[in-house]
This record gives sequence, C-alpha cells and structure tokens, in this order.
Amino acid sequence: MAALLRKRVFIIGLIGLAVLFPLIIQNEYFLHVLTLAFIWMIAVYGLNLLAGYTGYLSLAHAGFFAIGAYALGLLTVKAGMNYWIALVLACLITSGIGFLVGLVALRTREHFFAIYTLCVGYIIYLVIDKWDSLTGGVRGLIGIPAPANIGPVSFENPLSQYYFILAFLLLTILVMYRIVHSLTGRTFMAIRNSEELAQTLGISTMKNKLLVFVLSTFFAGLAGALYASFIRFIGPDIGYITIIFDLLTYLLVGGIGTLAGPVVGTFLVVWVSQSLQFLQDYRMLIFGPLLTLLIIFYPRGIVGAFYEWKMKRTGKKRRQARPDRRKPEPTYAATQTSSEKKVKEG
Amino acid sequence: MDILTQQLFNGLTIGSVYSLVALGLTLVYGILHIPNFAHGALYMLGAYITLTTMLLWGFNYWVAIAISVLVVGLLGVLMDRLVFHQLRNAPPIHDKIAAIGILLFLEALAQLIWGADYRSMSTPYGEVINMFGLTVTMQRVLINVGAIAVMILLFVFLKKTYIGATIIAMAQNREGAHLVGINTNKVAMLTFMLSGGLAAFAASLSAPINLVFPGMGHLVILKAFVIIILGGMGSIPGAIVGGYILGFSESLGATYLSNDYKDIIAFLLLVIILSFKPKGLFSREGF
Amino acid sequence: MLIETRNLTKQFGGLVAVNDVDFTIEKGKINAIIGPNGAGKSTFFNLVSGTHAPSSGKVFYKGEDITRLPSNKIAKLGVARTFQTTHLFEQSTVLDNVIVGHRLRTSSHLFDAIFRTKTYKADEQQCREKAADVLEFVGLTHVMHQSAASITQEEKKRVAFALALATEPEVVFLDEPAAGINPDETEGLIDLINNMIKRGITVCLIEHKMQMIMKLADKIMVLNYGEKIAEGTAEEIMNNEAVIAAYLGGDASA
Repeated sequence: MAALLRKRVFIIGLIGLAVLFPLIIQNEYFLHVLTLAFIWMIAVYGLNLLAGYTGYLSLAHAGFFAIGAYALGLLTVKAGMNYWIALVLACLITSGIGFLVGLVALRTREHFFAIYTLCVGYIIYLVIDKWDSLTGGVRGLIGIPAPANIGPVSFENPLSQYYFILAFLLLTILVMYRIVHSLTGRTFMAIRNSEELAQTLGISTMKNKLLVFVLSTFFAGLAGALYASFIRFIGPDIGYITIIFDLLTYLLVGGIGTLAGPVVGTFLVVWVSQSLQFLQDYRMLIFGPLLTLLIIFYPRGIVGAFYEWKMKRTGKKRRQARPDRRKPEPTYAATQTSSEKKVKEG
Repeated sequence: MDILTQQLFNGLTIGSVYSLVALGLTLVYGILHIPNFAHGALYMLGAYITLTTMLLWGFNYWVAIAISVLVVGLLGVLMDRLVFHQLRNAPPIHDKIAAIGILLFLEALAQLIWGADYRSMSTPYGEVINMFGLTVTMQRVLINVGAIAVMILLFVFLKKTYIGATIIAMAQNREGAHLVGINTNKVAMLTFMLSGGLAAFAASLSAPINLVFPGMGHLVILKAFVIIILGGMGSIPGAIVGGYILGFSESLGATYLSNDYKDIIAFLLLVIILSFKPKGLFSREGF
Repeated sequence: MLIETRNLTKQFGGLVAVNDVDFTIEKGKINAIIGPNGAGKSTFFNLVSGTHAPSSGKVFYKGEDITRLPSNKIAKLGVARTFQTTHLFEQSTVLDNVIVGHRLRTSSHLFDAIFRTKTYKADEQQCREKAADVLEFVGLTHVMHQSAASITQEEKKRVAFALALATEPEVVFLDEPAAGINPDETEGLIDLINNMIKRGITVCLIEHKMQMIMKLADKIMVLNYGEKIAEGTAEEIMNNEAVIAAYLGGDASA
C-alpha cells in the first residue's frame, strides 16, 4: 500500500513538473523541443501497445503517422474543414486504413509481419511522395492551421500548444494504463506469450490482434495530426523509414512492453540528441550500436532493467522468509532455451 | 519491338543485381532464420569500398572488387559473432531490432566517412557496343556475365564441396547438422562471409550504372526481401528466379505503366502474395 | 459419451499422422491415449481441440459437430487443454498468469476497460476469484504472488492445469502431464487428476509413463503409426496381442 502511495505521489509530481516547466524555464526553444517530444511519445505508445504488449513488430507506423499528418493537413488546407472535425477525421481515417492493412498483415507472423509492414510503410511513403496533385509531392504541404480557438482559448502561441499537446499525451497515458491493466490488456499479453495457448484459452487471437493494430495506428495517426498542426508544414519524409527507426529507438531505450518506457526513452534520447547537436546526422553512430547493445543485454530497456532489479530484491526477501520450498531445478534452464528456440523457428 | 528488347535487357541487368543481393539474404535466412535488415548496409559499404580503393590507391577495378568482397565478407562475420551469435536464444523480435541497429550505425558511419553526396563510380568498361541489334554499355554486359558466373560458382561450391554441403545440411536441419558433427558456428560465420561478399560484389558491379550514396541500400534490401518471400525464404533457386522476375517486371513496368511508380511494383507484388499466402509462396504446409 | 471422433484423419504432405481413428471419450472418466513416439497422439489432441483442422473425418462434442470450429470456440464450449511446455509470462506473478484463463467467460470490451464500467469491474473481480480458486484447487495458493520465473518445474505444470481449469471446462486434455518431473511429484499429479474427476471434470490424457496410465485410466486407446490398434480397460490393453507386439513387446515397463 505504501509503495502504491509512493508511486502515486511520484506520478503526480512528474505531471506537476511538466505543467510548471514552461513557467520555470522560459526558453522557447526548449519548449518547442519538449512539445515535439510529447508528440513522438504518443506515437511510441501506439507502437508499444502492438510491439511491446502483443509481440508484433510493425515497421509501417511511420506511414500511419504520415497518414494522420497528411489527412489533417489536406482536410484543413485543401478542404477548408474546421480543425477539430479534421482532427477527429484524421484519426478515424488512419485507423480505418490501419484496419484494412491489419486485416491482411495480421495473417502473417514474425519475420513476414515485419517485412510486410516494412513494405506497406514504404508504399505509403512512395504514394505520398509521388501523388503530386494531392499531396504536393516533395514540395510538401504548407500553411496548416494551428488548432482552432475554443471560446477565448487560442492555440496560436507556443505555450498554449505545449499544454494542448501535453493534455493529449496525458490522456494517451491514462488510456494506455487502463488498457494494459485490464482484462483486454491481459488478453494482448497472452497473445504475445503464446498465440497457440491464448487460442486454446478461448481467446479469438485474430480479433484481438486486429483491435490492437487499429488502436496502435489510431495513436500513430493522432500523433501525426498533432505534428502537422504544431509544425505547420509537412513533407513526405515524415513517412520515411528513418522515422520508424527513431520511434523504435525511443521505445527500446525506454523499455518495450513497459508503460513508462515511451516517456523515459523518448525524453532521454531527445535530450541526449539535443546535447549532441554537433552530431546531427551522425547521431545514429551512437544510437545504432546502443539499440543493438540494449537488445542483447537489456531487452526491456531502462524501465525493464529497473523492474527486474526491483523484482530480484523483493524475490530475495521472500526467499529468505520461506527457504524450505525452494528446490534447485536442473531441468529448468534446458527446457527454457529449447522452448524459446521453438518459438524462434515456428 | 526495339524498346521491348532493350527493356528486357535492362530487366536482365537489374535482375542480376537483385538476385545476387537476394542470394546473400536467403543464405543467412536459411541457416539462421534471421531477416538481416543490415544486409542493405553491407551492399552500400561494398560499393563505397570499391570506389575508395580505386580512387585512393588507384587499384584496378577487379582488384578493388576483390578487396571489397573480402572486407565486407569479414564485416558480415563480425556481425554474426558480435551480435547474432549472442542473440541465438533470444525471441525473434530481438534479431530484427539488432539488425536495424547495425543498419543505422553502418549508414551513419558511411555518411561520416564519405559524406552524404551522391557519387558516381567510373568503370574501365564504359564503351558502348552493339550486340544483336542492341546498343548497350560494356558494363551492363559485365553485370550479367559476372552475376551468372558467380551464381554458377556458388552452385558448384554448395553442391560439390564438403563445406558447401555442410551449409545445405544446416539449412535443412540445424539440430541434425549439429548431431552429425558439423560445427554450426563455423558454418554460420561462413554463411555470413558469403552473404557479405555477394552483396559487395553486386554493389561493385552495379555502382557504375547507378550512384553511390549512404542510403543506396534501402530500396535494394527491401526488394531483396520481396524476392526471397517470392522465391521462398531460404531457397537458393528461388532467390535467383525471384530476382529476375522482379527485374523484368520493373523494367517493363517502368516503360509501359509508369516510371514514377515502378518502385511500387515490388511492394504491391509482395502485399498481394502475402495476402493470399501468409507464409510466402512455396511454404510447406504444417510441419 | 462426451466427445466422439469418426474416421478422423490428418495428413501432412504425404505423411499420415492420424489415420481413420474412431474414439469416444466417456463422461466423468479418465481416458488415456498411449503409443510410441510419433504415433500421432499429439496430433490427435490438436485435431480434437481445433488447433489443426483434420484432413477428413469428424469430431462431435455432446453430439454437436465441432470439426471445423476454431480452437477458441471449442474452448468456449467447455474443452480445455494443456501443452507439453507451457509458456508462462515469467515477469508476472503466478496469479496474473492465470487470470486471463477466465477471460472467455467474461464479456467486457475495450470501452469497458478504458472507462472502468461496472461490467468491467465485475468481470475483473470474477476473473481474479476464479484464478485464486483454481490455484487453490491445484495447490499453489502459497506461490500465488510469486513471479512465474521463480517457481519449480512441477509448480509450472500445476499452473498449466490451473490455466486450463480457469476456462471452466467440462473436459480437459492433458498432454504428457508427468513429463520431466520425478516419481514423487507424479504421485501428486495423479491425486490432482483424481480430484478433477471428483469435481465432475472429464479427463483425457496422453502419457508415456505406462505404470501411471495403467493405474489411473478407466479407458485406454493405443495408437501406432497414426492408427488405433486397441481400445479398452487397462487389463484388456495389457493382454492385447497387437499392443504387446507393437508397443509393449520390447519393454513392458517403459
């Protein structure tokens, strides 16, 4: 109970810090960077639900991010639609396309799924890049409006944009928390664990996977739409594969399959990238090997490593309290590796 | 008619390059079940190393290619030892992410060393010749001849030598191969060596008719994945046939459909295939 | 009779894994399938539980044709199964691993989960209680809050039982429940299986440990090369010529 209380205080403290940040540090540049980081976090949460909790690595999510961004851009600029309607539509369009893609993509598994989604992502990029008459091609789309006023509240200045996007981020986190800590979330994790077992427990794996896929594209689309109205200019490169690699880096560093991972990872990587400004195009010299090393030594990132450490500590305490039940089990390690191998080859 | 034969020859040339790249990818997949996303980076490095050894030390084109094949092959081995070998018991999602990490690193490294500029590679075989009524550059002829020669060599190596046979054995049954005393680690390293070498060779041959830049591997590797799914993951004849099918459909598609969307053909092909056969063409049903 | 198969056949490529098998599973009894390695026992399980579709033949559950139903629908009808190796989520507690087993008996959706509706809270409570209940039944209450990584191999087997029981099945298929555990622990599992019968759950199991089967099973079917070569009580099987020739002949105590 005390631990729960401590956790709550910590979370409220963090939210408070995020709310107060612009008032403490009055630096527009930092504000801009942080707002952008919030947008990435929303997209990373979408990716995390699918890759982290359900075990399907989608490489198409930069494409869905771009669809969200272009949907909002086109609806407001070319169709002259009200911002809020366009925002809702952008999310719906993205998840609609996500539904269609998922319907087919989720019939494939593992490597095939990764390759399939990589190709889907590339098709989305190529279509945006080449469909000049609609998207403006390489010239991009300019003049995307900021969120429309709600009564007296205007979103034209950086500060209000910051709070606007922070609100969406907090909402995303709340929704993610509730999904993960629910029977629905448990169902997703059961699928990640073993699809065959989940199916024999009476879970319709296809229906649930499709639900996750659509949800995760919804958040990618939302992030994209927010990005478009924040930056006000978009080009086809937001759908390119480098974006999905960025998102993956954020997720992996923070911790794939953890709730705090997307926030921790995105914040850290964005922050470090800012301090390594001089590296710019070469930052992957550091993040590339980091990604590889992390997956070898800390496959669940910083947050996962922290939990493991905590679990070991409480486990030790329990063992001391109850030493008689523990028996050495020589067969365990062997069955473990052989079962994993099976997963890999299956 | 003239355009058609010209395009068929182009398709053959592109197909040769695709086949070589896909061969390396399919070999590694067959042995280790890793979709090596970093394979495109090896292809890119192959082109740069050939280019650099020619420019910097004035080496002959063929010597430069030999060096490049060797260096990139060793790089492949290094990748296996440092990364994939460590991950042999990890869930499959880890291999993919690790491979992506390597890809990002190698691309950034290339950009650091050689810059982001597009470069062209000169070739001693630039002259234009007339052949069966076709006007083609010597380099394109060379690509086809070189690729086919390497494929034949590879085939002979795999079928007629003991080491080659161990690769085939391991691709068919890893545990069985281990039981009959094949050193699976060595075979894995050898496969990565071959795979890297093939990528470097393909890149060095095709660089003079294309351009050399850090991102040059992206499209090629994506298409190589399409090819090995088309031809069956791990299948060697499949990689070759798939490579040529894609080469021809692209060059014909560029002429008769749309030059803008020619790159999409491969991906649409894949999307359609996987929609109907989720485990790829030629997948064995059940176990 | 609870489950009946008629002419059940499965081919993989040119290989016939299960050939023309007629079998009935009697309600409230312990039914067993034995046979040498590769005799098609696991494949037979997979066909009945819907993991694989048969090449031909039919499966009936309480007289209803379930041949073409996917395994999740079959599970909902009341057929549960365990696997030889159960992949538990090692980072979670034992209780958390079992809760999802009762998911199929609940109706709350994503919307309920996000807005924490009444339906959701009731479902969550129901799943927790069920999980605690079945963990008590399999004798794991004391490790309920421990991580799944920290329990023994035998305890993992019991968690697999608990997962299957959490689906509220009428019949449970056990795939080699005693594989990889020692004789003392095997005795414990036999007690557990008997308790399941007492609770009114029908059991069907595959097992290599002959002595265990002979002691436990009410009805036995012997498979060899995918074909049924005998069926009957333990005594009948022991004295069956075909079985002795095909299976027991070499090593009767195997």
